[in-house]
Amino acid sequence: MNPLLEVKDISLSYHSLSGETNALSHISFCVFPGEFVAIVGPSGCGKSTLLNLICGLLRPDKGEILLNHTSVFHNTTRVGYMLQRDQLLEWRSIYRNVLLGLEIQHQVTPEKLTYVRHLLKAYGLERFQDSHPSQLSGGMRQRAALIRTLALEPELLLLDEPFSALDYQTRLKVADDIGKILKKESRTAILVTHDVSEAVSMADRILVLTKRPATIQKNIPIDLELPGRTPLSSRDAPKFKYYFNLIWKELNKNDTDISGTKEISPLSAP
Amino acid sequence: MIQTSPEQKKYLRSQRREKSLVLLIRFLLLVFFLAFWELAASLGWIDSFIFSSPRRVFFTFLEMLKEQSLLSHIGVTLLETLVSFFFVIILSLGVSILLWASPRLSHILDPYLVVLNSLPKSALAPLLIVWLGANVRTIIVAGLSVAIFGSVINLYTGFQEVDPDKLKLIATLGGQKREQLIKVVLPSSVGLILSVMKVNIGLCLVGVIIGEFIGARKGLGYLIIYGSQVFKLDWVIMSILILCLLAMALYFLLSAVEKACQRGR
Repeated sequence: MNPLLEVKDISLSYHSLSGETNALSHISFCVFPGEFVAIVGPSGCGKSTLLNLICGLLRPDKGEILLNHTSVFHNTTRVGYMLQRDQLLEWRSIYRNVLLGLEIQHQVTPEKLTYVRHLLKAYGLERFQDSHPSQLSGGMRQRAALIRTLALEPELLLLDEPFSALDYQTRLKVADDIGKILKKESRTAILVTHDVSEAVSMADRILVLTKRPATIQKNIPIDLELPGRTPLSSRDAPKFKYYFNLIWKELNKNDTDISGTKEISPLSAP
Repeated sequence: MIQTSPEQKKYLRSQRREKSLVLLIRFLLLVFFLAFWELAASLGWIDSFIFSSPRRVFFTFLEMLKEQSLLSHIGVTLLETLVSFFFVIILSLGVSILLWASPRLSHILDPYLVVLNSLPKSALAPLLIVWLGANVRTIIVAGLSVAIFGSVINLYTGFQEVDPDKLKLIATLGGQKREQLIKVVLPSSVGLILSVMKVNIGLCLVGVIIGEFIGARKGLGYLIIYGSQVFKLDWVIMSILILCLLAMALYFLLSAVEKACQRGR
């Protein structure tokens, strides 16, 4: 199978008056169609920078990023991007929020509108389409944000810690919700998170990044041996803890010099 | 139907009472002020030739209405204010959008804007008269000059405070600066624009009066200056009181527009 996304040996530095910060260094990986890849790494390691590169908002200093064999730069619409907060515009109704991308792309056609209405209906937002964002719960708002992204029918979806602004309970539910929707729409997605359990519960494969300058430390395929898994049911899978600990160890490998002690996983049984 | 508990009713009642008390005292304050002024003038505590009195102001008002000059003076001042306000809206929106769109331009112009904003614009009025002549155009420019710089600075600052993640959202959906402006910056600044304009209409009035002081044959500013020169202080004080009412009316007009906009969203 041909990869959908090819990230080839990219490096990026940030420049400021006080100096240069090496953010990413020689990162290469592929994502295949239909795959859900999670990227985890210590905070500030450049995960979000990587997403900005993949969707073409930033250009790498070195290397190239190909989506279906063509460069992503200057064509942001083939990649859908879900930001940390839903970023719904309060002065627009849910329906008009969902249409935002189509309006910007001048693609408000009858076929697209039918597709948007189908999405709203399928994911329980039809009743709320004339409501304003503040009238919706956090979960519903995330759904609306997802539909806004899906309306442009992107080939690849980027999720930049899309649940981090939610409280823990809502977060589990919304992650489950979004995970199911993406599976149902058979979308290819990359999730960036610092929450290891979220990554294990949602992803088919996990990339562990090192501290800055970020490189890929480990590529871990997740096989929970759970047919028809959902993010929520994954958390109960017997192998969930195994993967959690594996990734936890990877993340803390270079950290021992700070704590001075052996790393302790929060999930290791006493 | 939701039942209101006795406690809630009591609370609502106390709130209503507080509100009417404030209104009453506000009104009484005005009445006492006018009564005291009238009394002081008629008992000779103050010289009513200099300080006038509510009665004299009232009769001056009636007399000048009959001569039919007063209404046209008010009309001229009002018109000049509205025209300069209109130009302030257009120009300050245009310039602040330009500054927002071009960080380099805003960097370059920043010190000039600060200087122009802090400069007392009344100092410009004599120059404007010489440059543009003693006519309506000069007065409109004077009104504009008082309001425009502060307006540009306030709007530009507000535009810059728009959530950067919202701008990023537009970028991820494939939008450029233009879309960021139309879809995010302007809609999210409606409240700011209206509140800036509420201040500006008062400033335009200030500028127009300054302009009328030195270069007009009509308007309330002209009445004030002329009245003081011929020692008809009744005219001066009446004009000032009319200005108070005019300023208040313009402010409430914009408040009403603001409320209508908020309801419409």
